[in-house]
Amino acid sequence: MNRELLTATFRRRFPGGPEIAVDNLRLGGGITVLFGASGSGKTTILRCLAGLERPDEGVIHFDGQCWFEPARRIFRPARERNAGFVPQDYALFPHLTAAGNIGYGLDRLSAAERGRRVAENLRWLGLEGLGGRRPRELSGGQQQRVALARAVVRRPQLLLLDEPFAALDTPARLRLRGELRTLLRQTGIPTMLVTHDRYEALALGDEVVVLHGGRNVQQGAPSEVFSRPVNLAVAEITAMETIRPGRILETGEDLATVAVGDARLIGVAEVPPAVGSGVYVCIRAEDVILTGADPVPSSPRNSLAATVRSLAREGPLVRVELDCGFPLAALLTRPACQELALQEGVKVTALIKAPQVHLIPFAR
Amino acid sequence: MNAADWQIVGFTLRMALVGLALVLPPGLALAWWLAKRNCPGKSLVETLVTLPLVLPPVVTGLVLLDFFGRHGMGGWLHRTLGLDVVFTWRAVAVAVAAMSLPLFVRSARTALEEVDVKYEQLARTLGAGEWRIFFTITLPLARRGVLAGVLLAFARALGEFGATITVAGNIPGRTTTLPVAIYEAVQADEDGHAWTLAAVSAVIAFTAVFLSEKLSRRRR
Repeated sequence: MNRELLTATFRRRFPGGPEIAVDNLRLGGGITVLFGASGSGKTTILRCLAGLERPDEGVIHFDGQCWFEPARRIFRPARERNAGFVPQDYALFPHLTAAGNIGYGLDRLSAAERGRRVAENLRWLGLEGLGGRRPRELSGGQQQRVALARAVVRRPQLLLLDEPFAALDTPARLRLRGELRTLLRQTGIPTMLVTHDRYEALALGDEVVVLHGGRNVQQGAPSEVFSRPVNLAVAEITAMETIRPGRILETGEDLATVAVGDARLIGVAEVPPAVGSGVYVCIRAEDVILTGADPVPSSPRNSLAATVRSLAREGPLVRVELDCGFPLAALLTRPACQELALQEGVKVTALIKAPQVHLIPFAR
Repeated sequence: MNAADWQIVGFTLRMALVGLALVLPPGLALAWWLAKRNCPGKSLVETLVTLPLVLPPVVTGLVLLDFFGRHGMGGWLHRTLGLDVVFTWRAVAVAVAAMSLPLFVRSARTALEEVDVKYEQLARTLGAGEWRIFFTITLPLARRGVLAGVLLAFARALGEFGATITVAGNIPGRTTTLPVAIYEAVQADEDGHAWTLAAVSAVIAFTAVFLSEKLSRRRR
């Protein structure tokens, strides 16, 4: 992540509702994903950044400009922030055509220049020939692209997208996810995108910010956030498949041995917890490797005898629930399942590398 | 229907149109303010705007008579611009405007309120100012309701009697409107004449209200 463009610390309280408290939210170039369950305050944060909502207190700075600082009586309204906003339902102006929508923010340009820029954007988004259509005559995916074009055509300094796929059905969502990432990359505009879907966060984000109860609790690269949550709440929000309480038996160097159920695991802990203390042991399902029942020498430190409890298809993958002294979930491809002849009751060995056993001390 | 009757019908329609022209700019501004802004004193303004709707029209006429009389605004207008209002066609226009303003503001306000703020907010993120947003987003999206309000106000203006006769009198060929002419015909025992004029009134009013209803219904 390159230099920080946006820094925001603010509070917004709703009468009788939740409080949004953002602490040092940062955004550089690329795509930053605001990730959290519904009701975690994602949309409010985005609206505060767009200038559509005014925080009660705090500071928002963007690239040397002050957007919000009540102490200096500064509140830069949405009109002057030059931040492109794409709301969840797109809010395309129903009485204007696609071209009219895209060109709306270009009123200061000459008609010729405006027409040229609109045509250029229609072409870029594969919407040629649809410029004359009204929003209701466009498919969901086309509406999404018109909304994106309308925001991007003004060359904003920041792009804000609220659940860009919420209004689409699942097939369209999957198809457009990769496409949106490419389009956003092409614009080169720093982007903040809100989602509650972890696959979207992983697929789109250069950086992920996890929200919980109106607070930003962790920010970092997606792989880092999803495999090394800072606390139990983040582990749960990011849908960590296996979270089990355990007790530290032994620590040494950067490694710690933990008792989980009847099993023992070796994990990596940056700050080793005290021997005897309680920790949550977190293991991502895709980090669990399965082999035949007879243990073979292998590099992963953890080799556990396990019994298959159940199998469930999850898209192209199969989720395998195991019992290895504690319940453990693994994610495998279908061919891999067939090779191991996995079915209920089959005995296997589960291998997990020590760095993929993430330990969160209790009460964090 | 003789030439004088047609003159009255034409004059009444013209006055209703001039009245509308007077009502539209302040009416739209007021409706927008009531629909989109939130500030103390709003309910007071709301009440004042509605007042002419429930007061006896004669009272509104009386207020106008005083306001545009020699000692009020009328005296000033006479001295500076040489314009007389009271007992001229201008008084008719002002009277019908004052009486149709509440109706227009009420329906325009509802129509403007129904425009989802998300469109206006989005326009702001695209750099649009409030004037531009009103004329390119809010008003076009509320056009049916606003037009329904225009028709309703127009119909009300055609039927205005009390305020008109108080502030403009009944000067044949100069300030006599359709309702005033009907009243005069009844007073003079010319029932047939009165009914003919009444029928013309009914046809115009029916058309305006019918269109207004149609417009506001199709909105839903």
